[in-house]
Amino acid sequence: MEYVIIGNGTAAVACIEGIREVDPDGEIALISSEKYPAYGRPLISYYLLGKVDKGHLNYRPADFYKKNKVKTMLKRTVEKIDPVSKQVVLDGGEAVKYNKLLVATGSRPFVPPMQGLESVKNKFSFMTLDDAFALEKQLSKDKDVLVIGAGLIGLKCVEGIADRVRHITVVDLADRIMPSVLDIESGKMVQTVLEEKGVEFILNDCAAEFNQNQVTLKSGKKLTFDILVLAVGVRPNTELIKDAGGEVNRGVVINAKCETTLADIYSAGDCAEGYDKTIDGKRVLALLPNAYFQGRCAGLNMAGGVSSFVDGIPMNAIGFFGCHVLTAGVYEGECISRVTPSSLKKLYIKDGKLSGFILINDIERAGIYTAMIREGTPLSSVDSKLLIEKPQLLAFSREVRDSKLTRKV
Amino acid sequence: MKRIYVNEDRCLGCRLCEWECAFANSGLDEMFKLKGKFGTEYSPRIRVEGEDKTEVHFAVNCRHCTGAICVKSCIAGALSKTDDGMVKIDRDKCVGCFTCVLVCPFGAIMPAPDGKAAQKCMLCTDNQAGEPNCVAHCPNGAIVYEER
Repeated sequence: MEYVIIGNGTAAVACIEGIREVDPDGEIALISSEKYPAYGRPLISYYLLGKVDKGHLNYRPADFYKKNKVKTMLKRTVEKIDPVSKQVVLDGGEAVKYNKLLVATGSRPFVPPMQGLESVKNKFSFMTLDDAFALEKQLSKDKDVLVIGAGLIGLKCVEGIADRVRHITVVDLADRIMPSVLDIESGKMVQTVLEEKGVEFILNDCAAEFNQNQVTLKSGKKLTFDILVLAVGVRPNTELIKDAGGEVNRGVVINAKCETTLADIYSAGDCAEGYDKTIDGKRVLALLPNAYFQGRCAGLNMAGGVSSFVDGIPMNAIGFFGCHVLTAGVYEGECISRVTPSSLKKLYIKDGKLSGFILINDIERAGIYTAMIREGTPLSSVDSKLLIEKPQLLAFSREVRDSKLTRKV
Repeated sequence: MKRIYVNEDRCLGCRLCEWECAFANSGLDEMFKLKGKFGTEYSPRIRVEGEDKTEVHFAVNCRHCTGAICVKSCIAGALSKTDDGMVKIDRDKCVGCFTCVLVCPFGAIMPAPDGKAAQKCMLCTDNQAGEPNCVAHCPNGAIVYEER
């Protein structure tokens, strides 16, 4: 095979699209342990919510693999990469040779050791479509759910199932919900939205011991539940690269071309640790758009094109019951804050540039702000008063506006 | 591919393009029927910048970017490029997460009035107008539809 791709998520699809931009014919083999064609992983909560049906979960049209001449090997697991003989070894011992390899293995749920967890019958992670289908089978209006973890995954799960169960309790060790993307004030606002839907939060606490349908928290509080959802965190799937001798930190270390430290092996997506412009360093940015950017970059390079991805930034779009939260960048520097009872806008300015923002229910045209963070636009080059008031192109110079609006971009 | 381009020197900020856009996409038979429903039940996919009292105005809608970041960022695969380069949205696939709103550097994609999905300019290929209705009715040539 000219190209072998391990994984079948966003980064894998983007890699295929990148390869095909340069090389229309080179053989591509895709190996995935899941049995489904690529689906937008975040859609699993929207599926449970009823916002998208089974027929619309596909990330790409049904003929995607055929059209792109991709040989799919689904429900297969790669056990080993041999970077010397340039082949991957599958379950069952079959070997597939590659010229260029992409490792897009994503991440898996991290479940910290918790006493008595093995005694819990109905426990679920919330990462894959199969997780969602399995959880769905257990949902009913006479059941109580305990969610461990108030991060993005746990809370999107909450939104997905809230109207399909009796009661949901969310427990998290942190002092606020979604601590990786929200500050205390914005966290409180989103928490209120969820509480108004009947969701109960127990923060600054964690599960100490499970006993079948009961949990004792560290505080001594006891809860009973019918369904347990574990959404504490995720860990990048880095073992294949590590075992093959490639550099692994928290994720698989990649350079701007999305190459690992092993020759002809690339990595992208949630398993990879690439460059984050906002911290001027490498870190895992487990975000769907980032997986696409990296995957496409890898694909272009694998096929002999020239591409580098150097402007990755953290950014998130999350919504709960019609409350929309958009965030980007880092929350450092001077904060310009405008808060109403139902909306919030916080802009962070550092070194004369927009460094980050949190927007709740005030999201119109936020991409103009995001682009400024990504591009490092100096605020001195724009009418910052207009810009802070609302994102608008009017705040830019005539020259910049013309470049955006009078030419093909 | 023909796209919509702006000549801001010719824009008076009359916002007729916004009305024509909302009308073309409303399915209504007469424009006045938008009365009282503009911005709520029907909202335009083109937006004029500049307050009434300011001198500079111009209309902004989807640029149908070559390497469209919205398409790359869409979590549902609801945004795609047609063979000729138009950025298209499939409302049945859109889950209304608004990642596209978060990434569009032009602020040209927005929640649809029902809040359930995003909406964007599709050059009136998705309605009865056939060609961009905003351009067809701009009295000043402040927006044009052409190959560049």
